[in-house]
Amino acid sequence: MNFNPNRPIYIQICDGIIERIVRNDLKKGSQLESVRELAVSLNVNINTVRKAYNTLEDKNIIYKKRGIGTFISEDGALIETLRNELSQRVIKEFLEKMHAIGYSDQEIMQVLGEDIYDNEN
Amino acid sequence: MIMKINGLSKKFYTKEVLTDIDLTLEKGRIYGLLGPNGSGKTTLMRIVANIIKNTTGEVRVNDLLLGKETKKIVAFMPTSNFFPKWMKIKDTVDYFSDFYEDFNKDMCYEILQRESLDLGLKVKDLSTGMTEKLKIALTISRNAKLILLDEPFNGIDIIAKESIKKMIVQASNNTNAIMISSHLIDDMESLLDDVILLKEGRIVLNSPAEVLRDEKGLSIKAAYKEVF
Repeated sequence: MNFNPNRPIYIQICDGIIERIVRNDLKKGSQLESVRELAVSLNVNINTVRKAYNTLEDKNIIYKKRGIGTFISEDGALIETLRNELSQRVIKEFLEKMHAIGYSDQEIMQVLGEDIYDNEN
Repeated sequence: MIMKINGLSKKFYTKEVLTDIDLTLEKGRIYGLLGPNGSGKTTLMRIVANIIKNTTGEVRVNDLLLGKETKKIVAFMPTSNFFPKWMKIKDTVDYFSDFYEDFNKDMCYEILQRESLDLGLKVKDLSTGMTEKLKIALTISRNAKLILLDEPFNGIDIIAKESIKKMIVQASNNTNAIMISSHLIDDMESLLDDVILLKEGRIVLNSPAEVLRDEKGLSIKAAYKEVF
């Protein structure tokens, strides 16, 4: 994982975990790696990973079972909300970039339509 | 608290190389001691390792004033390659094991195996990256309260750098503190809890790295550039 050094790294770790949940790489109710395991695999200090876990726990996205480990929420509606939020963010970033290079909304619709049509065929 | 420095200075003859240093290191954290060459990083580490004496001020490690007892709980890795040429990797392990009471031989063998450092290899045949990995493996295999690594990323290729970072994260736990000196900032962004910037012998910035990013939107590198 490559981090943007200008943004808090714990937020980027949260985002990474949310992406894995939304993609269904991390399934509802399944166990997440321990703080230490994720720290070692990302080469990030343990405190930053712990802060990411605490942040996700505050949002009920993950929960801890004492002495057993950390698990992904089983709340399907919550996960659907996360999925929607993530797609909204990606769309917003995409639109901002397209506007920045001078595309109107209509042109964006047109090129998107063409691209999707090409991909389907 | 693992280490506390109050009002420290260091003079070599008339030249002052460290001035008014106050610094506290807490357990469970990884500190980056950053600054250009000649800013006093190595001198500060050598003082804490009790190799040279400070001119003024007080340093305590685990509440003990510097001395024989603190040497037992401080593991210092210098930049120099300190092994005699004839040694094999196995000999360096035995050497550390004889020298330091807190050395964990099994842990060292485990790390060396993970890093594919064969015990039969001769020290003089190792590449720069392998030598650095060996030095770090030996240093962190001491169960020290304070681990001081002087420029562990100097002259190392990117693959070796990643394994060294991994070794450092693995060595970090809630009973020790690790301080890494470096003038290379890029590789350290995600590794460090705290950033200490040293300029001409003075601490000009001491902050958690995430606070820099969160409150100022600054990477460690950007904060470094603002100061130097």
